[in-house]
Amino acid sequence: MAEIVVEHVQKSFGNFLAVRDSSFVVNDGEFVCLLGPSGCGKTTTLRMIAGLELPTSGRILLDGQDVTTQSASGRDIAFVFQMFALYPHLNVRSNIAFPLESQGVKPTEIKQRVEQAAATLRIQHLLNKSVSGLSGGDRQRVALGRAIVRHPKAFLMDEPLGALDAEFRHLMCGELRSIHNRLKATTVYVTHDQAEAMSMADQIAIMNQGTIEQLASPQEIYDQPASLFVAGFIGFPAMNLIPCTASVGAGESSAEHVLINGTAVPIGRRIPIIDDPQCVIGLRPEHICLSDQAPLRAKVYGTEYLGTNQIVTLVLNDDRTFLKARVRSELDVHAGDQVGIGFTAEKISLFSSRDGRSVALAPVAG
Amino acid sequence: MADFRFESVTKSFGTVQAIQNLCLSARDGDFIVLLGPTGAGKTSTLRLIAGLETVDNGRIFIGNTDVTHIGPAERDVTFVFQQYSLYPHLSVFDNLAFPLRSPLRNFTPVYIQQKVTEVATLLQIQDKLDSKATQLSGGQMQRVAIGRALVRSPQVALMDEPLSSLDAKLRADLRIELKRIQSELGTTVLYVTHDQIEAMTLATKIGVLDHGKLAQFGTPREIYADPCSAYVATRLGSPPINLLPRSFFPQVSAPAQAQTIGARTENIIINHSKAGSGVGRIDWIEHLGDVNHLHIELSHPQHGNCGLVVLMEPGSGFHVNDSVDIDFMKPLFFDDAGRRIAS
Repeated sequence: MAEIVVEHVQKSFGNFLAVRDSSFVVNDGEFVCLLGPSGCGKTTTLRMIAGLELPTSGRILLDGQDVTTQSASGRDIAFVFQMFALYPHLNVRSNIAFPLESQGVKPTEIKQRVEQAAATLRIQHLLNKSVSGLSGGDRQRVALGRAIVRHPKAFLMDEPLGALDAEFRHLMCGELRSIHNRLKATTVYVTHDQAEAMSMADQIAIMNQGTIEQLASPQEIYDQPASLFVAGFIGFPAMNLIPCTASVGAGESSAEHVLINGTAVPIGRRIPIIDDPQCVIGLRPEHICLSDQAPLRAKVYGTEYLGTNQIVTLVLNDDRTFLKARVRSELDVHAGDQVGIGFTAEKISLFSSRDGRSVALAPVAG
Repeated sequence: MADFRFESVTKSFGTVQAIQNLCLSARDGDFIVLLGPTGAGKTSTLRLIAGLETVDNGRIFIGNTDVTHIGPAERDVTFVFQQYSLYPHLSVFDNLAFPLRSPLRNFTPVYIQQKVTEVATLLQIQDKLDSKATQLSGGQMQRVAIGRALVRSPQVALMDEPLSSLDAKLRADLRIELKRIQSELGTTVLYVTHDQIEAMTLATKIGVLDHGKLAQFGTPREIYADPCSAYVATRLGSPPINLLPRSFFPQVSAPAQAQTIGARTENIIINHSKAGSGVGRIDWIEHLGDVNHLHIELSHPQHGNCGLVVLMEPGSGFHVNDSVDIDFMKPLFFDDAGRRIAS
């Protein structure tokens, strides 16, 4: 087991800068997700850690040792791909045993380690089956078995669940996390699916255009997104992002309210205004409430009953700012209703209009 | 725009009984969603009312007309498929106008112009009317396909998973649009999906199908809160309802025949118990931001293990490996055949 340190790593392909000056640490035993849209540099980062790509500059340390220029096979890291690359002519046992056989491990030890890996993955009953008859999930379990049987220093996984259907993917997330809890192996996991990252990771690194925008725990990222990009990427329905103006009185240099469509809304803290009063507030759907007294008015555009709660889509009086609120499913609300909307002030995130970075953080839920 | 009803309809394909004694009626302006897994008979039901299949037994009415034995064209229904089947060589305007120019109808060009513009405005594609259909994005193409189905005010608009080929965000946006357009036009819709979110958010009534039989028919809220069987209970709700062996919870007062306790994830109360004394142990906490899913493992000396999922606000002070006691609000009880028992 090992700590992975990525130090000022850059990677270009021709003129294209895939990863720019990226630095982060994956602690021993931690499960870190690299999350971002296609082309953000997450797979390139993973491939550099694996030794499948050489960084243009910067260093990669594995367990304190500089492995930047070491070959993939010398790094003692296991890689799990999206497409389960199994040997179709071998049975499950032989597929899992393969990496040990090629290392020249003794047959009795191979048998024992294969059975141990199969027990961890709960696939003992499949050991003597042919891989060609297996379901997608079982194939991916076998591919994982082949990775864990080696007892590598770290696991790198590139969208290993991407080929499975949604329901099964969620089930496998739980399984992967529980395997991780048993093995406590350092894991770097690449995905573009925020739900996968939120449900499994200890830490999430959100990447955009080759840069890590934020590295933090799932709850921190949810409660305190560091930028507009992160705010929009995490959460479903997405965080409501509303352009507004900080309300600064004459002779004051700070604000406690913002103006949305001319209506003053408290933001639960006092923020210094350096030069530009333009900003964007970010609000999660569960932090908007409908109340008759609230001065900010909106029309209900549609409601979506989900059982545990309902999502209400609202449109402000400017007819173009849409908001989504998550409210109790018992609340009696219909399309066309005129309502007032209130915000949980202390949960509001605030972003600069200029660079999209967060300017005053909302507190994180315990 | 009309009501419709199925009266004891059956349909077999060879030895497979696709639809068994289906009785279902919709009022004018209803948005009916048929929900069920693959092979439940959803698409067969749709094809029967469209006239693309003929019934073995029973009758189908649209409005006051028995349409059981008349051809698809005379039924005055429209069909939206999963794949947007637009005419690629025609403009958006001509695609939308196509059904209105049918020789069966005798509409003036002025009327067609007005009707197409009206629907395009509702679909928010009025600026795309001159584009070729192939120049549109996937979401826009499906809007046009839906628009074409609604433009000629059919008796019933039939839709077979029309949103399933779109990505998650677009699907969520179009869901709201579709609901808004349908309620503004007052069109009667029969819509097929295996996606429970679509069913809950779009439907005025959901018909839950199970192996060709209508298991339950009611509003989304009725079906969610008051399912008639364990099968129906698991169709709605994400994460799904917990179905737990009654034997694990001897302290819960339940009817004598109850074999299974159905507990919605939001209707479970958990409390910290003194280490080791609780009935459950927290195995995994799944963070979703707005809410956490606590995965709890229960073990019983005689009956083995089972798991359940509980919804919890973030920051509620529970951790992995905590030992917890479990109690239920509004539990549902099911007998050994999965039928609901009144509590």
